[in-house]
Amino acid sequence: MGERTSTMTGVLGWLDQRMPVMDFWNKHVGQYYAPKNFNVWYYFGSLALLVLVNQIVTGIFLTMHYKPSAAEAFSSVEYIMRDVEWGWLIRYMHSTGASFFFIVVYLHMFRALLYGSYQKPRELIWVLGVVIFLLLMAEAFLGYVLPWGQMSFWGAQVIVSLFGAIPVIGPDLVVFIQGDYLPSDSTINRFFALHVVALPIALLLLVVLHLGALHEVGSNNPDGIEIKKKKDASGKPLDGIPFHPYYTVKDLFGAGVFLTLFAFVIFFEPTFGDLFLEYDNFAPADPLVTPAQIKPVWYFTPYYAMLRAVPDKFFGVVVMGAAVLILFLVPWLDRSPVRSIRYRGPLTKIALALFAVSFVTLGYLGLQAGSETQTLVARICTFIYFGFFAAMPFFTAIDSVKPVPERVTMHD
Amino acid sequence: MATESVNHGRRRFLTASTVVVGGVGGVFAAVPFLSAWKPSARAVAAGAPVVAPIDKLNPGQQLVVAWRGKPVFVVRRDEAMLGTLAGESGRLKDPDSANDDETALPEFARNSHRSLKPELLVLIGSCTHLGCSPKLHPVVQPEPWDAQWKGGYFCPCHNSRFDMAGRVYQGSPAPTNLAVPPYRFEGDVRVVIGETEAA
Repeated sequence: MGERTSTMTGVLGWLDQRMPVMDFWNKHVGQYYAPKNFNVWYYFGSLALLVLVNQIVTGIFLTMHYKPSAAEAFSSVEYIMRDVEWGWLIRYMHSTGASFFFIVVYLHMFRALLYGSYQKPRELIWVLGVVIFLLLMAEAFLGYVLPWGQMSFWGAQVIVSLFGAIPVIGPDLVVFIQGDYLPSDSTINRFFALHVVALPIALLLLVVLHLGALHEVGSNNPDGIEIKKKKDASGKPLDGIPFHPYYTVKDLFGAGVFLTLFAFVIFFEPTFGDLFLEYDNFAPADPLVTPAQIKPVWYFTPYYAMLRAVPDKFFGVVVMGAAVLILFLVPWLDRSPVRSIRYRGPLTKIALALFAVSFVTLGYLGLQAGSETQTLVARICTFIYFGFFAAMPFFTAIDSVKPVPERVTMHD
Repeated sequence: MATESVNHGRRRFLTASTVVVGGVGGVFAAVPFLSAWKPSARAVAAGAPVVAPIDKLNPGQQLVVAWRGKPVFVVRRDEAMLGTLAGESGRLKDPDSANDDETALPEFARNSHRSLKPELLVLIGSCTHLGCSPKLHPVVQPEPWDAQWKGGYFCPCHNSRFDMAGRVYQGSPAPTNLAVPPYRFEGDVRVVIGETEAA
């Protein structure tokens, strides 16, 4: 191992000779060349990171006052809301942050679908992203159980019972997960451990891998072309600009707009009309009485609507699970020679639009009581949802494409 | 130093045996951690029988009792309610309790009214779909979920429907009828939930 010489002096120089500080900075920030045509869709990655930091910081402060036991959990949350100095703010930042996390992540994922960001060579980034999405769903569910209100309890009851639909081992698995024959003290205690220790560590690791994989192959862009193909004399991409200062400043602006909206919700609409915090969850858990209108938080309702649309226990759970797991296959289902929606034909545009509409419709239906008409619409939307993925290898292969330019379309 | 004579076979053997022994050790080390997730001795011990008074239960009324933390419904059905049971067979998934072995239906409840005494219905009030607690809608009237509603249970979570004997209607996501717990009566005064007559 030869000794590296650092161009830095002082404290930074001392550090840099012992650890690749500047290498790291340059590889990931200072000389990370990102396409210069990023649009508004490209805010949501950095915003997801911002919300993750918000969740971790506010979460740490909440654990200082929260009691993970069936007897004390509900009152300790009310204690945080009423008696802890600024506790209401920290708790609302955390609960609102959960919903904003999903808003940002859903938009981030839709961006990838729009511009083909999962196509070769970025399959791994997408796969890691879907794993993050799965963990995030688990993390959000576990967190929702912790206040031990009516929705917490019955949500836990329903979600844990989903595992009971697995043949043979199902019923024992449910008892194993709960640590009891119903959601109870041991359930809330272990959910707390998973929510504040195990899953955050796993999430952080996966975010590092997600970014590591991204920085290895470079960012995609709204034109879906490889900026590395056109380089200047010094080997820098002609259509690339260093992440810092260009995109740090852009993302800072995005963070400003985001935090304004975030603050508005925290201060004026923290429950967001039953969507972010459900009214029934302001009543303590009662294992003997299910609330009259039970539904998950909004970010799970598309999948919940699919579960409810299937009149069979096992098959319903299979459909719900498959709806998430099918996302893993997207990089290999898309057979189109172009990435971006800008250069794809009408078939892809119609399919993606139908998919988006059916997903949002399912989200709406999952919040409703479920009349016969609504169940019918939910079944049609479930069919479109899966049809989008099943038909993707065909419509992407036969769809017309427009010529893709050599350089990004806004270059000067 | 005979550096040139590396015994690759021995190296492979040692590496492989280290991996195998280490792997077996890892599996054994996982046992206590996985077992720690099972119900504790305290949780197991909490499954004792409960006693509920039924002498003040009027016809048409329901009493909800907690047994093993789950709701148990005790209903004194009136003549009209019992009268609805026979006519609904065609719309039920399993009118004759053929699949109720899965939920360990007690032998004494293997009859048309699914109970020990015809008028007294005892059910575990936990939907066999995903465990919500169905609500009693005893009145015979058109309901949003069924225009020919004859009275019974409706689950608010995923719209499963059951008749006045806890039998599931076709088109419900719940796969089986509501479970009947083991129970016995102490005269006409009390019901003991969790054990049967001198079993």
